[in-house]
Amino acid sequence: MEISIWNRHFETMPREPMRTLQSERLREVVERVYFNVPYYRAKMQEKGVGPEHIQSVDDLQKLPFTTKQDLRDNYPFGLFALPMSEIIRLHASSGTTGRPTVVGYSRRDIAVWSEVMARTLTAAGVTNKDFIQIAYGYGLFTGGLGLHYGGEKVGASVIPISGGNTRKQLQLMNDFGSTVLACTPSYASYLAEAIDESDISREDLKLRVGIFGAEPWTDNMRREIEKKLKIKAFDIYGLSEIIGPGVSFDCEYQNGLHINEDHFIPEIIDPETLEPLPEGELGELVFTTVTKEGLPIIRYRTRDLTRLHYDTCRCGRTLVRMDKCTGRSDDMLIIRGVNLFPSQIESVLLEMDETTPHYLLVVDRINNLDTLELHVEVEDRFYQDKISELQNLGKKIKNQIESTIGLSVNVKLVEPKTIERSEGKAKRVIDKRKLK
Amino acid sequence: MIIEQLSVFLENRSGRLHEVFEILGKAKINVSACSMADTSEFGILRLIPSEPVKAREILKENLFSVNVSEVISFAAPNSPGALSRALKILADAGIGIEYLYGFSPGDKSFIVLRPDDAKRAVDEFQKHEMELISASDLYKF
Repeated sequence: MEISIWNRHFETMPREPMRTLQSERLREVVERVYFNVPYYRAKMQEKGVGPEHIQSVDDLQKLPFTTKQDLRDNYPFGLFALPMSEIIRLHASSGTTGRPTVVGYSRRDIAVWSEVMARTLTAAGVTNKDFIQIAYGYGLFTGGLGLHYGGEKVGASVIPISGGNTRKQLQLMNDFGSTVLACTPSYASYLAEAIDESDISREDLKLRVGIFGAEPWTDNMRREIEKKLKIKAFDIYGLSEIIGPGVSFDCEYQNGLHINEDHFIPEIIDPETLEPLPEGELGELVFTTVTKEGLPIIRYRTRDLTRLHYDTCRCGRTLVRMDKCTGRSDDMLIIRGVNLFPSQIESVLLEMDETTPHYLLVVDRINNLDTLELHVEVEDRFYQDKISELQNLGKKIKNQIESTIGLSVNVKLVEPKTIERSEGKAKRVIDKRKLK
Repeated sequence: MIIEQLSVFLENRSGRLHEVFEILGKAKINVSACSMADTSEFGILRLIPSEPVKAREILKENLFSVNVSEVISFAAPNSPGALSRALKILADAGIGIEYLYGFSPGDKSFIVLRPDDAKRAVDEFQKHEMELISASDLYKF
């Protein structure tokens, strides 16, 4: 059987022409950021690098890294390489102390995004005969709209239902005959159980493919979801700083995620020494976007740990493959698809008079949904005799945190001085999910 | 007539309540009355110790969070309707009640009560010749 590939030219391009293409595009993007983004120019000058030093992908290492902090420091639009009149879309992710990370897309960027998502969906066997139910959140989060544009590009019938509202999800899945479900893997598990408990029979559903990502999941979880939902589950990887979903994708062999490297050049570095690592070694994934116009990004440190494999896949694609990310080189948590840094919680606690910065986050996965519990000590005078006041205080902390991080949290007030103090790095997180 | 009551914040953890009484016992502090209010997340132990100042200090030294509140205590006949009559006095005066606890060992019932205004509650009870229990009667071994 013929394997369907959306863009055979680029997806099966031999390594040498791919390197030539990447080198050409790299030269262009370095020139664009050098002349259009003062921040990049300053950083390059600091390293003594100019566009003339970048001739091929071998010169990548001469360029400075970009981090999330750089994006924050240039909030909101400081790193954009185009005037705002050319930017047709903005997305943002939640950030520490209320400063989100903002990304901007030109018309062509949206076209590139649609293209890489079309490749992603095609690799999962999605065609114009499919009904794709997009249960990723729509809005500032890139998940919903990324899948949406890719779905339209391949000509599928897109159902933009967005996240949540499980009853409606099941109803439309049944009534519209959805064949493809796109959401986080944990929500997929949750839906599988909801189907079991509903009066809908799995036999009546036409579901056959799942497009799951935005949070870490294991191969065991994949097998379990595939069994429970009776579908084939495909992993997708992406981050808004690079483009959103569509950075890399599973093919039918589920043998690592193919990176759309004609657009995003990956490197693996040692997160301590920042030196590049040889093929096949575990390290931090770094991307340089070579076609993005609105927010081109040079050597972006994703903090995700993975390996790269350059051999040709059985599907025929030559696009380099990355393993499922095995962890992070920082303390970021991904909870229900939302990125969370413990420091975000800390800054909320520091802003409130009632709370102390002594806290512990307990993350778990219960009935396939991530749960977040905050244990926090409050200032001595707020340990009241009145239960209602203590409960109100708990609610107040809960509301403050939820409005900042966009995730629901259970707040548990604990006795003073019971959270472990440590002289070194304090232990702020207990993650009980078994993701490794 | 106003009595100082200590409220101790406790997590729902087995053995925690015992620790409080062990600490007080070792310090030779007696507890004349106590009650435990619980929620799904935490509990508040309310107690009237023989030496409130010392008890508070000792518990604080042991890293408990302790809050002092003003309560009143009274005795009423151990008979149907007696508590109702007492509470009506407060209700008629528009004084709210946060909580109360009590028991009846014999002819009399003993009640500890936290009104929203302890001073006015004492005045109202005295006006109606209720049998108030003084702090010195409670701060006893």
